[in-house]
Amino acid sequence: MATRGAVLLSEWTKVRTVRSTLITLVIAFVVTVGLGALISAITSGQWDKQTASERASFDPTSTSFSGIYLGQLAVIVFAVLVIGNEYSSGMIRATLAAVPKRGTLLVSKVAVVLALVLPVALATSFVTFFLGQALLGSHGTSLGKDNVLRAVLGMAVYMTFIALLSLGVGFMLRKPVLSLGLLMPFFFLISPILSAVPKVKTVAHYFPDQAGAQMVRVTGTSSVPYGPLAGFFICLAWVAVCLLGGYLLLRHRDA
Amino acid sequence: MIEVHKLTKRYGDTLAVDGLSFQVPQGVVTGFLGPNGAGKSTTMRMMLDLDRPTSGAVTIDGKHYSQLKEPLKYIGALLEAKAVHPGRSAYNHLLWLAQSNSIPVGRVDQVLGQVGLREVAKRRSSGFSLGMGQRLGIAAALLGDPRIMLFDEPVNGLDPEGILWVRNLMKSLAEEGRTVFVSSHLMSEMALTADHLVVIGKGRLLANVSMNDFIDQNSHSYVRVRTPQPEALLDALTASGITATPVDGGAYEVLDGDPAAIGDLARDRGIALHELSPQRASLEEAFMQMTADSVQYHAGADPDAPATAPPAARPEPSGPAWGAGWKKES
Repeated sequence: MATRGAVLLSEWTKVRTVRSTLITLVIAFVVTVGLGALISAITSGQWDKQTASERASFDPTSTSFSGIYLGQLAVIVFAVLVIGNEYSSGMIRATLAAVPKRGTLLVSKVAVVLALVLPVALATSFVTFFLGQALLGSHGTSLGKDNVLRAVLGMAVYMTFIALLSLGVGFMLRKPVLSLGLLMPFFFLISPILSAVPKVKTVAHYFPDQAGAQMVRVTGTSSVPYGPLAGFFICLAWVAVCLLGGYLLLRHRDA
Repeated sequence: MIEVHKLTKRYGDTLAVDGLSFQVPQGVVTGFLGPNGAGKSTTMRMMLDLDRPTSGAVTIDGKHYSQLKEPLKYIGALLEAKAVHPGRSAYNHLLWLAQSNSIPVGRVDQVLGQVGLREVAKRRSSGFSLGMGQRLGIAAALLGDPRIMLFDEPVNGLDPEGILWVRNLMKSLAEEGRTVFVSSHLMSEMALTADHLVVIGKGRLLANVSMNDFIDQNSHSYVRVRTPQPEALLDALTASGITATPVDGGAYEVLDGDPAAIGDLARDRGIALHELSPQRASLEEAFMQMTADSVQYHAGADPDAPATAPPAARPEPSGPAWGAGWKKES
């Protein structure tokens, strides 16, 4: 058994010595901030054309976070590649020969993804918020208002959860093409569509992105039957299930 | 010491490894020989705990692989070429490996020098040739300065210079007292490097012998004769108590025969000889005969026909035969 600290250091070296790490995380930041700013600016410009009910349900905080729908795809790619690259290149055998304790390996990868994505997510979340509110101008809100800080932190937590969930799926499906082929359409298309279909949406409400949307909601009405705290735990449960599934398969499967 | 104990691996209906038991002797090169699909790679993966045995076990110094503290310091393995992230440099690949087992970082530069990759160490490995990838894999195996080394088909795809380099490396590793376990499907390659042989076919143990014993048992000599008067020659030989076997092309072979005695006999009877040549069956032929029943896919063979062993003392086929290299050096 190699010591945990040694494995952690080695996983950190792996993640910092490939270009995809920097590229995907920069894209996640730029897309989330940029798209959020664009939508905030458009919303502000179209304010006069909105109906009274639209204005009543308007949530300036979540509006500034609109870019996450696209930005999260880059987070998914980052996390999937952390493990998927090892399977596609065959390097996983070198890894498991060096670190035969598979639980230690998975925990180290979780720790490295967490340590890298959480700061990026916090920076993304706060920059997106402040830029979005500045562009919304008089329609914007501020960190001091009720629940707003919670929503901004919730946004960072959501990005981090998406990364860990994708890592778990990456461990389960191994091939990055499979993992990305499942996760990208799911978060970008399937879940948003299903959550708009009657009856089906009662189930779709519990999908991780819908739960995440609850975490960043400040005001406004929603058909989702639970609040931000429940959203946090539902999201956490998805992460736990995916990582546990990844661990069980990693432990029992041939490399 | 590696001990393989009743190791079995089943994939669905296929038994890839079937109750395999053997020990790898210490401090020598052991050749792990078998036709393609015999279960060599599967066995080696199970040694490293990468694949989980259906039953049985492999122990290293009495311990299961996963119980080894910092396993790269016990066993270095080369399983497949280029098992490296294409975007990572050779240096960084070895760096994470070293860090994972608390191997001093200085070793990275040492092994890069040892395999001759120091100049390209900082380059992305995607541009590496097969030979460079193989060298990087060997550098990774050497990294922890292990007492035991596993190589799975290390010369596959290498150019002659690379093959010679790997061959000499394995010999020098054994001279340093290391245990070297190397798989191959080429007997000729093993004949040049191995001190001991473990032969498997269809996942079962076929032989576990020292190279010298294998040569004694299997590389018999024979004399090939060719004559326009076969009846007369056969009569003469039978009268002298010599058995000749007809082979393809109208020639005859005499197992362990003495060419001088046969030549004298023919002269005494006035029989013309068109060929009289001493031959040695190659180890490759002995190996092919041993594994003939367990080869999964015969080239051009009728799939329904039972696999038949080629006769031990066959005439040399035209063109370079398997094992020809061994014969030249022996």
